[in-house]
Amino acid sequence: MGRIVLENVTKKFGDLEVIPPLNLTIEDGEFVVFVGPSGCGKSTLLRLIAGLEEVTSGRILIDGEDVTNIPPSKRGLAMVFQTYALYPHMSVRKNIAFPLRMAGMNEAEQNTRIEAAATALNLTDYLDRKPGQLSGGQRQRVAIGRAIVRDPTAFLFDEPLSNLDAALRVGMRLEISEMHKKLKTTMIYVTHDQVEAMTMADKIVVLQSGRVEQVGSPLDLYREPRNAFVAGFIGSPKMNFIDGEKAGTLGAHTIGVRPEHVQICPKGEGDVWQGKVGVAEHLGSDTFIHVHGIDGCDPMTVRAGGEVKINHGDTVYLSAQMDQIHKFDSEGHRVS
Amino acid sequence: MAIVAETNRFSKTSRTVLAWLVGLLFFFPIFWMILTSFKTDAVAVKPEFLFSFTPTLDNYINMTENYDYWRFAANSVITSVFATIFTLVVGIPSAYAMAFNPSRRTKDVLMWMLSTKMLPAAAVLYPMTFLTKNFLGIFDTHFLLILVLSLINLPIVVWMLFTYFKEIPREIIEAGKMDGVSTWGEVREILIPLAWGGIASTALLCFIFCWNEAYWTVRLTTTEAATLSKLIEGNRAPEGLFFGRLSAVSAAAVGPIIVLGWFCQKQLVQGLTFGAVK
Repeated sequence: MGRIVLENVTKKFGDLEVIPPLNLTIEDGEFVVFVGPSGCGKSTLLRLIAGLEEVTSGRILIDGEDVTNIPPSKRGLAMVFQTYALYPHMSVRKNIAFPLRMAGMNEAEQNTRIEAAATALNLTDYLDRKPGQLSGGQRQRVAIGRAIVRDPTAFLFDEPLSNLDAALRVGMRLEISEMHKKLKTTMIYVTHDQVEAMTMADKIVVLQSGRVEQVGSPLDLYREPRNAFVAGFIGSPKMNFIDGEKAGTLGAHTIGVRPEHVQICPKGEGDVWQGKVGVAEHLGSDTFIHVHGIDGCDPMTVRAGGEVKINHGDTVYLSAQMDQIHKFDSEGHRVS
Repeated sequence: MAIVAETNRFSKTSRTVLAWLVGLLFFFPIFWMILTSFKTDAVAVKPEFLFSFTPTLDNYINMTENYDYWRFAANSVITSVFATIFTLVVGIPSAYAMAFNPSRRTKDVLMWMLSTKMLPAAAVLYPMTFLTKNFLGIFDTHFLLILVLSLINLPIVVWMLFTYFKEIPREIIEAGKMDGVSTWGEVREILIPLAWGGIASTALLCFIFCWNEAYWTVRLTTTEAATLSKLIEGNRAPEGLFFGRLSAVSAAAVGPIIVLGWFCQKQLVQGLTFGAVK
């Protein structure tokens, strides 16, 4: 079991309120991602759940039990840190064994669990090495191993992939997702990378300035962002926002359209915008074209096919799928 | 390129020469003291016999036979060792608390601790002597010296340990908390192994400071707890200056610490640079 409930949780550092009253329920077995720009309070929120920071007011419940004033070690949670936080003076085996040893488990049981974790994480050959002799990816595996062996109520991940290179990150992302499918344990994962959030989460919590902007499945957030902040944060490349006359005609202050919902079309065939091509980013599978000179939105990003023939300075005509246009009022709230 | 290389070679040579000159200048008094300790008192005061003299061990024999050198040395060892242990026992938890659970006042506390070092020792000489002698009855005891030496060195020891502990990533301690370690476990299992180098160099420096301390060890003792500093002081006083004898006593007092320092050079440098080279 691992149902986590936050009730009116607040956090202040001195006079600075980093988390205004916040309510959130994380169901047992869910993979929840806290996402937001740096400084949005996502790591603080995770640390509050972990017990590494004290809440200023409010309650935290794990499986119905109030753990607000219980120390981290008694909450039954395991945490994986961005910097791995391995014990540098201990071998991989001792690192993984550490929480078990602290719990007073007998050595035979310890070894069974270490072997199982090492096999699952491909660490069998490295058990006698020190963390300093391992690569970044291997270190993060050890950190995950140290978390798994405890069989925790929930896993907490604090930007675990940020220190890895891009290729490794994609691999580890898959491994963590697979681990979740297998273990079915609650996982809370903090990241600033919306791609990680979209690919891994059952439920995404978008945070800004300590406030929950929206909670929902990745596709809910993509399809129906509650406000311009969520709309701009979820999706890559970013949604195009258009102010001014064009938005006014559709009864909104600002309209938003994702790059994949804008097409290049011949002149006079339903074109809405006209502009000049700036940079075209060829990714092979796709081309991201940055179009300048459009009123109220400069530049507008367009996602086109991989083989599109386009050059810097070309004039292009763009149309949008009207049913995919998001409308926002002057305060950024969604207008339906 | 060629000009740069020439300049470097020149500056390297001149720096080496300068370093040797400064080194010799600093070492000369010790060298002179060791030479003098092998001279008779009569020869010692005459400059023409600086290098040409017949060496004698009389001063050393006299020192061990008539001045009870070993008792003074034992007192120095006892007070320095126990003061160092006591300082670390108090200093490690203090520095740990300030490094990993700082409050808004932590910096002020650290500054305040350091500020206690600014009090001139002479200012409290009278109350210290009077109170320990007439009130507490601990004058001239090991206990008093250990207490005084510990308290004198505590601020610098806490500062040094604090600096070392600050270098340990906070997440490692937090990982320990998540893994179910007690506070004492954190110190024993994580902090001490990780900061071992820093703790060792701090302990070494503290020991040296205790060994060398002369102001209080001379004034708060008579015979029972008197250390080597007192022995040197005692040889100066009654019959005027006897260079040969005094030099032998001094050499025997600084000898152990020089040998210790020699063997622990690396640790000492690390300690004195407050971990900056790590």
